[in-house]
Amino acid sequence: MKVGSPRFKEKTLVALADPNLRQALGQSRKGFVNGRAALVAGVPEFEAMRDQARDVKNHVLANLDHYLERFEASVTAAGGHVHWAADAEDARRIVLDICQRVDAKVVTKGKSMVSEEIGLNEALEEQGYTVVETDLGEYIIQLAHEPPSHIIAPAIHKTKAQVAELFEAAHGGPRKTTVGELVTEARLVLREKYFQADVGITGGNYLVAETGSSIIVTNEGNGDLTQTLARVHIVTSGIERIVPTLDDVALFLRILARSATGQETETYTTLSTGPRRPGDVDGPEEYHVVLVDNGRSKMLGGKFQDMLRCIRCGACMNHCPVYGAVGGHAYGWVYPGPMGAVLTPLFVGLDATRDLPNACTLNGRCQSVCPVRIPLPELLRELRHRQHEQGLRPPGQTRAIGAWRFVAERPRLYQFANRMAARVLKKMGGSAGRIANLPGGAAWSGLRDLPAPQGQTFLELWQARRK
Amino acid sequence: MSPRVGLFATCLMNLFRPNVGFAAVKLLEDAGCSVEVPLAQTCCGQPGYNAGDFDAARALAKQVIAAFEGFDYVVGPSGSCMATIRHDYPKLFADDADWRPRAEALAARSFELLSFLADVRGVRAVAADYAGTVTYHDSCSGLRELGVKAQPRLLLGSVGGLKLAEMSDTEVCCGFGGSFCVSYPEISGRMADDKLACVAATGADTLLGGDLGCLLHLAGRLKRCGSPVKVFHTAEVLAGMADGAGIGDQQEVQK
Amino acid sequence: MSDARQTILGQIRAALGRGPLPADAAAALDARVPRHTRLGFDDDPIQRFIEKFESRAGTVARIASLAELPDAVAAYRHRHGLPPRAAVARPLAGLAWPADFIHHPGPAGKEEILSVTPCLAGIAEIGSVMLAAGPDSPTTLNFVPDHHLAVLHTGQIVRHFEDAWALLRARPEGIPRTVNIVSGPSRTGDVELTMQLGAHGPRSVQVILVGA
Repeated sequence: MKVGSPRFKEKTLVALADPNLRQALGQSRKGFVNGRAALVAGVPEFEAMRDQARDVKNHVLANLDHYLERFEASVTAAGGHVHWAADAEDARRIVLDICQRVDAKVVTKGKSMVSEEIGLNEALEEQGYTVVETDLGEYIIQLAHEPPSHIIAPAIHKTKAQVAELFEAAHGGPRKTTVGELVTEARLVLREKYFQADVGITGGNYLVAETGSSIIVTNEGNGDLTQTLARVHIVTSGIERIVPTLDDVALFLRILARSATGQETETYTTLSTGPRRPGDVDGPEEYHVVLVDNGRSKMLGGKFQDMLRCIRCGACMNHCPVYGAVGGHAYGWVYPGPMGAVLTPLFVGLDATRDLPNACTLNGRCQSVCPVRIPLPELLRELRHRQHEQGLRPPGQTRAIGAWRFVAERPRLYQFANRMAARVLKKMGGSAGRIANLPGGAAWSGLRDLPAPQGQTFLELWQARRK
Repeated sequence: MSPRVGLFATCLMNLFRPNVGFAAVKLLEDAGCSVEVPLAQTCCGQPGYNAGDFDAARALAKQVIAAFEGFDYVVGPSGSCMATIRHDYPKLFADDADWRPRAEALAARSFELLSFLADVRGVRAVAADYAGTVTYHDSCSGLRELGVKAQPRLLLGSVGGLKLAEMSDTEVCCGFGGSFCVSYPEISGRMADDKLACVAATGADTLLGGDLGCLLHLAGRLKRCGSPVKVFHTAEVLAGMADGAGIGDQQEVQK
Repeated sequence: MSDARQTILGQIRAALGRGPLPADAAAALDARVPRHTRLGFDDDPIQRFIEKFESRAGTVARIASLAELPDAVAAYRHRHGLPPRAAVARPLAGLAWPADFIHHPGPAGKEEILSVTPCLAGIAEIGSVMLAAGPDSPTTLNFVPDHHLAVLHTGQIVRHFEDAWALLRARPEGIPRTVNIVSGPSRTGDVELTMQLGAHGPRSVQVILVGA
């Protein structure tokens, strides 16, 4: 997928000026945030569960090779196939090869962030396959030719009217006016596709080493129709999504929906283990899991390993005030919000993503709701450190920090500079007590006055008082 | 025996709002502490740390560590600076056998002002009056890194004449975020406006908070929009020293 | 393909600073039995199951014995104005269905309106039914029809997920190809976060609870 992150600032300005987006983000923020808060308040064990979820993930990462091999053995024993993809190109090729071998025409897809990450739709369409996203949100943005703006609510930025317009263009009129009509229309259109599909591709929330099962969690049931009705079911999933046993899955099921959408559970949790068996009258004839690395193993053992715990619930973005102001598209790639601001630089490189680690106030609200306790602010700061070391920070800021350090390392000079600043700014504030136009400081005073200092510094007054 | 407290004079307090420093001194002395202010102090180093310049942060951290050795406690009227000292200094020196113990020792006795008063000194009430309805913004570092939540409310509850009207989303960031507020002014402005809409909805005439970064940012935006809402640091109200001009308001002519 | 496998496993081991795990360490991992915190609740599991399932727009009808199922299905059909045909899973086919009731064991096709299936368990902690795919319970019956009637015996209701997994593991044929945990009708909030039932799967799911 094309990386739009270099145009972050430009995109944020567009987003901030979009009243529809503002309304949509306001709604979702309230819905998800309040929903989570209400549910978590009713589960006294929740904090203990977060600790355990973190610990299980850490345990898996420390033994990832073993659990991957065990998962592979379990899938194989159930008659399925495991494919290993070192990078996005590998992953695309594996899927394309399967589609070609089974002579596929129509490919349906349940929601899979990994498939977005590896640019699977474009690759399939290039080869002439008809690709249909079946999650309603994904379907909407597929019609709009846009990337998702949220990892669990991909079309959260679209209003009902915008969806109606897209549907009218794609399906013909008359234009629908209610959400109910829109959902029914999508239901009828997509129903045909499920039955036509040769290959159904889904993601995998969890890959269970014990049983060789892949698990999806959805509200719509689209993933189930996708994988049940197609001849071939392909799961694309990151290598870090392994959990050892079903009992570990229980733990994650208890925190996932509560963190993600503020529900006690999503409507459907589905475990898939191998293909159709003797006597079965439905289900896929083939079952494949594509294990995608694509940079993940390089995160292991380093400063960013904690990020591999991520279960893609979206709680961090739901609670992020920056995401809440600008939405997901500004981040410019697959993963938005705090988790995206960490992952995108790691996946696509620091150079093309210079804004992402910086467009954050380090307020820590994301970390406070992360079900697997990823220290997101610390990881963002670490990325800033990498930027600093590689000379990728804004030169003006680097100079300012250098000058600040020079002065702050010299207490007498520092105090002198402060005394001067206190006087000059006080004078500039005049009788108003504030500065409306700060020379050279438009980034501050474009939107805010600068409250004027009181005229003398604290240390100066303190010394005077002691004498 | 009264504990010796070194006051950490934060950069913004020192330059913009000495009144907050004197309010802190009064509150600490009222709580039975003897307060000193080391003159060799400058900045905690957080600007460098958050800009990814860990060397700069370490250089300044060493200066702070040296300046405040020997005190029973180090207290500052800021959740942000004190969280840096408490949580980040030990991390900055994690691989430094000489400095790590010193950083940890400092971290262990460093506190944000109100949590120190309430949690360490057991202060339950202050002797102050404030005639007005206030709303309190939970600054993020204090709230999430230091657990400053109940203490300001407890102490504000003892201020005569003061009515506290809680705003919705009080735990949501105001958009200051250090250099963030000038690197991404438009996003920062939107966050400020969201926050100030919550403030306005309470009908409060005064906005309080524990960090001058947030307060300068919010006061600046309030005043730009022509709002009459006054802004003070919580310590000023608790010390009975909020009788002068609010942050960003017209100041009396100095004699 | 095996190249990628070696590359990935090699990178993981390099990052972890070790080679493949020794056999005893691997065996210890495979023997690991986690004991995670479970959701605590005091309410009666059957009552809790019903309350939770109904809280998400699912419905629950109760009958005393399986012999009453044909009547319960007929009542449901009449209430929703459905024709007398359905996909009825094999274990339920032998009941005394009305003469005019046309049924087949699946799979469910595009035009299927109604299905009647057995369940493997009910999970009280969240109020969901668990269905195990197989010749006696085709997966399409759970997703394709507009209306799904899931037949659950009160004795099948367990407290937690872990108890349900134990039932899966205890099956002589092992883990089913597909396990569906269904918590109510299909729904979506993808347009303006407005909750709408019947996104892709059934618009209506009724648990027919058998026994006291």
